[in-house]
Amino acid sequence: MSDLLLGAVAYDPKVVTIWSGFRTWLLSRNLPFDFVLYAHYERQAEDLVAGRIDAAWHSPLAWLRTRRLARAAGVEVRPLVMRDTDRDLTSVVVVRADAPVATVADLKGETVAVGAADSPQATLLPLHHLGELGLVAGVDFHVLRHDTGVGLHGDHLGGERDAARALMAGEATAACMVDAGHLLFGREGILPPGATRLLTRTAPYDHCVLAAGPTLGPERGERLTELLLSMSYADPEVRHLLDLEGLTRWLPGRESGFARLGAAIDALGLYDADGRITADGHRP
Amino acid sequence: MTPGAVPLDLAGLGFEQGAHLLLRRALERVPPGGRVAVRGTDPALPAHLAAWCRHEGHTVRPAPPGEAPVRAHVRRGDAAPARWAGAERAGGPEPGRAAGRAPLHWGLAARGALVEAGGPVVPFTLTERDQVWTDLAPRLYRQAAAAQWDPLTAVPWEADFTLPDEVEAAVVQVMTYLVENEQAALVIPARLLVQVHPHFREVLQLLAVQAADEARHVEVFTRRALLKDGRMGTSSAGGRASLASLLTEPEFSLASFLLSVLGEGSFLALLSFLERHAPDPVTRRISRLVHQDEARHVAFGMGHLEHRAGVDPRLRGRLRAAVERRHDALAGTAGLNRDVSDALVLLAAGSWEPAAIARGWHAVQRLQAEMDQGRRHRLTRLGFPDDEAAALSALHTRNFM
Repeated sequence: MSDLLLGAVAYDPKVVTIWSGFRTWLLSRNLPFDFVLYAHYERQAEDLVAGRIDAAWHSPLAWLRTRRLARAAGVEVRPLVMRDTDRDLTSVVVVRADAPVATVADLKGETVAVGAADSPQATLLPLHHLGELGLVAGVDFHVLRHDTGVGLHGDHLGGERDAARALMAGEATAACMVDAGHLLFGREGILPPGATRLLTRTAPYDHCVLAAGPTLGPERGERLTELLLSMSYADPEVRHLLDLEGLTRWLPGRESGFARLGAAIDALGLYDADGRITADGHRP
Repeated sequence: MTPGAVPLDLAGLGFEQGAHLLLRRALERVPPGGRVAVRGTDPALPAHLAAWCRHEGHTVRPAPPGEAPVRAHVRRGDAAPARWAGAERAGGPEPGRAAGRAPLHWGLAARGALVEAGGPVVPFTLTERDQVWTDLAPRLYRQAAAAQWDPLTAVPWEADFTLPDEVEAAVVQVMTYLVENEQAALVIPARLLVQVHPHFREVLQLLAVQAADEARHVEVFTRRALLKDGRMGTSSAGGRASLASLLTEPEFSLASFLLSVLGEGSFLALLSFLERHAPDPVTRRISRLVHQDEARHVAFGMGHLEHRAGVDPRLRGRLRAAVERRHDALAGTAGLNRDVSDALVLLAAGSWEPAAIARGWHAVQRLQAEMDQGRRHRLTRLGFPDDEAAALSALHTRNFM
């Protein structure tokens, strides 16, 4: 069996620790496994569809682009596993507690701070959510973007952290972030407890997914899936890796949690139906 | 309220202010799969509860409207107990419950702590209790901690005295010699300390205080040397060779034997001699203070070697070989600095009168005999027959330490 080659995006130095550790663990269970690191998700998605890697640890956006690229190329891709923490996330739109903003409609004409242009949780999903509630980004309100780590699809929380700072600095009336980010920034003191109010919250959505490309046959794909699903938080050999990666167990991949992000991509014009980048100036 | 759910009221407390502590405590009181019914008034509660539970491996569902003011049900996941699967107690906290062998993965964990599996391996060299232990260690540490003295206030530095120049020079020479010996006695326990698994913490504590004792000794001997003329005496190549040979012994028990039992043991007699013949109150006082500390160091060395000899019948052969090796290594060196031996004679004599020098000479002869007797006595306690104890004592360095 040749090496199963996985791609992962190096959004943080810990990615090396995590995948080197997983690699050792998988090799010890007789799965020939190797990995390569990408600087951003766009090339990783393209390489997965082109067969240069067998599998990819993908952001939700990269997964949706992969789906579109694969359809256009006539090849098969499929989700294998996801983290327990990838299911049913929500994003929140928050305002300062004392702001004269009672409803979403009050954001008309105001400035809304978001994360990086390609962040699902801090830009795409909340802006789409506001659109569903009747406010069109760039038309009904001004968008203040924080393009930290473009190409990392929001994995770098720096953009939404800057959005939170902009809110507290009075540069924006509202800010968008993932629910866990709101909690985190509260603990970090960027959003002092009680200083902000949740104006609205998106419907639940799913996040990262480990995707198989056209070169990963059923046998090796199932073997990788089976091994990852068998990883136990009780196993000290992998527990610290699971802690670093932010999960307590792997779950089977599912596709039901990406519909809204797909709609957001279309509405905001990031990719076309064939997965080509269509957003102006999107340079990872 | 759903039957079987444990109620939890967070009042106005938010998750960015510690609400998760209350929830975690409540979840610890239900089995995996069990539920906690959460109420609370923080507006961000639903979003934060979902984020926190997702991260911790618990699931959360909004409570049906009919259950108000309960806002959500949290179902306990099994990640938290899984973290402690395979955890083990690192022995017991009391000295008597120290493990016979401390595994490297216990690392820096407190003795008796519940140690999560999977921590880093810390490569301490000495992991077996018998390699380092003595049951005296806890008591000696308590004594050592209680007997620490302040060099500034414990010594009468302001005492008014003036010695004849040559007697002062003799004191300076002896102090200079003592400083280099005490520097060896500082470095050796410090080196041994870093090798010992912290599970045997009383041994670490004792070695740490021993090194700190020597740091004070270095300070007071230096200060006495400089008290009148501001100059140090001489350091001979032979004396330094003898001390350097102590540093080359890597094995804990053998290093402890050469330094504490033979070297510091001999120094007990030297310090008594200096207290007896000190020509001034400062020298007398520091000799006494240092003697108290050194006696403790000797007791630790003896205690450890008696313990180890009791479990390792081959120890005595290795102790003998260590003495012989050191003797051979020093065979071509001059031994005690002649300036030091002359100074000791003059201190005991008190003047250059021939009769006084005869008394001084005799006193130094007696000192050497006392050192020899002390060494033989300790060797006998360690189980050496009298004749072998005498032979080994005779091989000890002429530099005393």
